[in-house]
Amino acid sequence: MKSDHQITDMHLDVLKEIGNIGAAHAATALSQLLGRKIDMLVPKVSLVSFDEMFDLAGGAERIVAGIYLRIQGDLSGSMFFVLPIDSANEFIRRLIGDETFDFHAVPIPEMGISAMQELGNILSGSYLSALSDFTGLKVHPTVPSLSVDMVGAIVSFGLIEVSHYSDEVIVIDTRIEEEGDDGNSSVDGHFFLLPDPESYITIFRSLGVL
Amino acid sequence: MNMTKTVVRVGIADMNIVHAPDSIRTSGLGSCVGVVLYDEAKKIAGLLHVMLPDSSLGRSDNLNAAKFADTGIYSLMEMLKAEGVRPLSLKAKIAGGSQMFQFGSSDTIRIGPRNVEAVKQELARLSIPIIAEDTGGSSGRTIEFDPTTSTLSIRTVNLGTKEI
Repeated sequence: MKSDHQITDMHLDVLKEIGNIGAAHAATALSQLLGRKIDMLVPKVSLVSFDEMFDLAGGAERIVAGIYLRIQGDLSGSMFFVLPIDSANEFIRRLIGDETFDFHAVPIPEMGISAMQELGNILSGSYLSALSDFTGLKVHPTVPSLSVDMVGAIVSFGLIEVSHYSDEVIVIDTRIEEEGDDGNSSVDGHFFLLPDPESYITIFRSLGVL
Repeated sequence: MNMTKTVVRVGIADMNIVHAPDSIRTSGLGSCVGVVLYDEAKKIAGLLHVMLPDSSLGRSDNLNAAKFADTGIYSLMEMLKAEGVRPLSLKAKIAGGSQMFQFGSSDTIRIGPRNVEAVKQELARLSIPIIAEDTGGSSGRTIEFDPTTSTLSIRTVNLGTKEI
């Protein structure tokens, strides 16, 4: 696909619908896992520059726990599950029942890494199976990989593929929120789906908008 | 004389130049490489945030020179020449090129080391000596160059800040 290929609002709306269905499934899976109600907001789908992509996740320099995995099958692309360190600690402490766990520790305890990867597995699995049902396309995730580092360093890895074609990327951005007892959001994370440019056409064709 | 220091920010696949006392910075380098070209005497420096090794990898009609090691370094040198810098007085400091994850698509495997190799090759071709480097590993870096002192400071999440 050439960079001058026209992506219209209708295309972005279709991707939003896919994101919506995926997010609903992933939110249910995450809520069950943690025994608390986790909300995933209606995703935003946009065509953004690489720097704007980092800004969506809090800025290139922000330190986060990031899970990265690739999508394979009829579609290819990258997925990121990005949590600020405090939110990641909150999730993992609850999941493994260890209040002392901390992603700031060097090295990060193995137990927490596994738990975080498992979280990535469950989220991506539920998200992708919804996407698969909706589009009829066969997709499966690779094993997730964790890095605690700056947003720019983590997310740029998923932009390498698209950077061969363009300086902009279509991102399906789902915000993850949990309402705390005080009514404020205690968890604030993001779930990004970045289809590879070759896959844009596959998605649109599967939904009859191309 | 106005001595207020400004920090010029360079985004990904982007470049810019500064004159002392200003400094120049780019954030969150992972597999990307930050290339600083500077003239010690004139106290002028340029910074480039390279994403891919070679412009022949580009499959788009509009080429963004700053995205690739080969076209980016050349364009940055041209920008500096336009400021009156002689190419022979240029020196380089480089940082970045990490391997953040151990897997990816076939194109992205080893992209960090490949970026570093390509940057070194292009600098050698243009006869620009590398004075210092901090490359490889598996950590992200934020770098800032001060043309007044010709120091490049590098911040990582776990290793703190160092100067080269």
